[in-house]
Amino acid sequence: SSKNHPEHLSSYMSEIVPPEVRPKPAVPAKPSHVAPPSRSALFGYIGIDTIIEQMRKKTMKTGFDFNIMVVGQSGLGKSTLVNTLFKSQVSRRSTSWSRDEKIPKTVEIKSVSHVIEEGGVKMKLTVIDTPGFGDQINNENCWEPISKYINEQYEKFLKEEVNIARKKRIPDTRVHCCLYFISPTGHSLRQLDIEFMKHLSRVVNIIPVIAKSDTLTLDEKTEFKQKVRKELEACGIECYPQKEFDEDMEDKSDNDKIREAMPFAVVGSDKEYQANAKRILGRKTPWGVVEVENPNHCEFSLLRDFMIRSHLQDLKEVTHNIHYETYRAKRLNDNGGLHPISSSGQDTQESNL
Amino acid sequence: ASWFPKVCVWARKALNLLQRNLEGYVGFANLPNQVYRKSVKRGFEFTLMVVGESGLGKSTLINSLFLTDLYSKDYPGPSQRIKKTVQVEQSKVLIKEGGVQLTLTIVDTPGFGDAVDNSNCWQPVINYIDSKFEDFLNAESRVNRRQMPDNRVHCCLYFIAPSGHGLKPLDIEFMKRLHDKVNVIPLIAKADTLTPEECQLFKKQIMKEIQEHKIKIYEFPDTEDDEDSKLIRKIKEKMPLAVVGSNVVIEVNGRKVRGRQYPWGVAEVENGEHCDFTVLRNMLIRTHMQDLKDVTNNVHYENYRSKKLAAVTCNGIDTTKNKGQLTKSPLAQMEEERREHVMKMKKMETEMEQVFEMKVKEKKQKLKDSEAELERRHEQMKKNLEAQYKELEEKRRQFQEEKANWEAQQRILEQQKLDASKTMEKNKKKGKIF
Repeated sequence: SSKNHPEHLSSYMSEIVPPEVRPKPAVPAKPSHVAPPSRSALFGYIGIDTIIEQMRKKTMKTGFDFNIMVVGQSGLGKSTLVNTLFKSQVSRRSTSWSRDEKIPKTVEIKSVSHVIEEGGVKMKLTVIDTPGFGDQINNENCWEPISKYINEQYEKFLKEEVNIARKKRIPDTRVHCCLYFISPTGHSLRQLDIEFMKHLSRVVNIIPVIAKSDTLTLDEKTEFKQKVRKELEACGIECYPQKEFDEDMEDKSDNDKIREAMPFAVVGSDKEYQANAKRILGRKTPWGVVEVENPNHCEFSLLRDFMIRSHLQDLKEVTHNIHYETYRAKRLNDNGGLHPISSSGQDTQESNL
Repeated sequence: ASWFPKVCVWARKALNLLQRNLEGYVGFANLPNQVYRKSVKRGFEFTLMVVGESGLGKSTLINSLFLTDLYSKDYPGPSQRIKKTVQVEQSKVLIKEGGVQLTLTIVDTPGFGDAVDNSNCWQPVINYIDSKFEDFLNAESRVNRRQMPDNRVHCCLYFIAPSGHGLKPLDIEFMKRLHDKVNVIPLIAKADTLTPEECQLFKKQIMKEIQEHKIKIYEFPDTEDDEDSKLIRKIKEKMPLAVVGSNVVIEVNGRKVRGRQYPWGVAEVENGEHCDFTVLRNMLIRTHMQDLKDVTNNVHYENYRSKKLAAVTCNGIDTTKNKGQLTKSPLAQMEEERREHVMKMKKMETEMEQVFEMKVKEKKQKLKDSEAELERRHEQMKKNLEAQYKELEEKRRQFQEEKANWEAQQRILEQQKLDASKTMEKNKKKGKIF
């Protein structure tokens, strides 16, 4: 990508995104409802369609970033789930049963980055953990450090964007997705859950999941999910995928299906067991083996397909086009249009926007 | 050797002691039976408190332990009800089994640990326990002690969430504040969420932290009996007990068991390999219920009592809320009690008189009303009768008229007939007809 790229002033330089086409999902292809554009008869093969292949090559070379934040009380299986999602030890396990690190007195933000590769595509995955959230006796405003962190990342990006001499590829540390872990009480959301989601659903994409759902029977699961959905609606909390950002009917119907199934009841595991002559990820109890990837047992595979195989790009786009833009607009309006001069940037000249 | 005679003397003494066998059957071996019979008649009381965040299965566990629906769909457990602050609620149930009667009081603490700011959420619990101790202390100090119900909390089951990591700051804080006031038994709730390995590690971690913070949980008494001590050692190894509760009966391999049905299997509540529920139940109900009560009485209550009395005698002025009965001499106390009693009686008397007056008024009013009602009805009936009478008169008159008419008609007919026969005679005579 060159600096003279005219189309997207706000496009992130880490990859080139054409306007309408999304990368092919690994799930079976949806039937196309889009009417093909009227074709003028081509008198020979030009080769326009090779642009997809070119983009793919470029993307594979540059790779892309994905930042996921996990929030929830300690002991809800956050690290295990992230490890299971990305099938590698990417999350700093908060305990190795020795508990040398006690529960921190305030919420800390710890991020760990790994580069993982699959099919030639490189992804720099950053997992942002929030130990100490909801663990204290007094949890007033424990979402503030998290909110601050997210806004700091937007600020960083904004600063880079607003420079006169911009970097070729702005490092994207913004949080693309926040997985919020709900404790499987089976009754309702806790006050803390509601407060957190109220404060943060407008700032970041929140995907609520029911943690350790192997503690709920099927009936309890359905009941609990319904209750949670009702409560979220009653409080006006919109989780990802947000209804207002559905682009067309196809999107809407796909997302509606997902919204009906949320919050996903998940179980995480990084141990493998033998069952039916296969090695599967699961949890072995005296009364049976909980299979993590079995849709009858838990909805982990739904979550993974949704987050990674179909909506990964969308998560980034919504973060960039909507959450970040909201932040940017607010910032520029607040400062009367003038961007404050940074005290440390001596090698970057800041433009007056 | 010189020690030999000493040993002989000692041995003889010991044998003498041992040889205090009875020459006949006296009968005090029957004493335990007498105690037993008396207790059975009196019935037993037991107060159990359950504390923990909502959604940890406390209500279900209580229902499972006592095989009753203390909390059911019509009277749902506190978790199903919305509450803003920590409440302390008590439910009493009378359970009878094999002729033995148990008055079970369950004290629940909805709202515990559910708010965003949970500082001091243990205060209502402490206040409740202290108030029960105070009631007992006051009842014990009265001169008239005939009725002394024991509402003290005998056991507190503290539910720990199965995070798998360790205790939360709230857990530690609560247990630290309550281990001096009540027998605390920590439980791991919803234990079917942990695999056996995770459970073991979790238990070890919890016990480590409990020791670190010097929390005194309920300790099983040592017995001389070998069998019992083996059992107790086994229980001690399993602390804190990992429990699962369920009221649903499921069929597994032809057996009916209480458990939770998952797509991958059934977690059985009463299966020792699945969870420690049976251990808890046996310990709580079958073996250690009396000991819990004894420890509450002898240790926790005495602690409270000595602290309270020490505070009073130390200062002279009672800084704590106190009905002041401990500082007076028994005679004065008796006077006061008598005066109290008389006042109560007077009050009751005036109340009764009031009630009586009211009732009399009511009755009078009612009677008046019914009298008026009767009057009315009487009037009504009279009117009806008169109306009927008039009607009948009218009818009679009509009837008379008709009769007169009819008779008149008859006479005319008669006359006609006579005339007709006369003419017939005439005609016959004339011989014209026939």
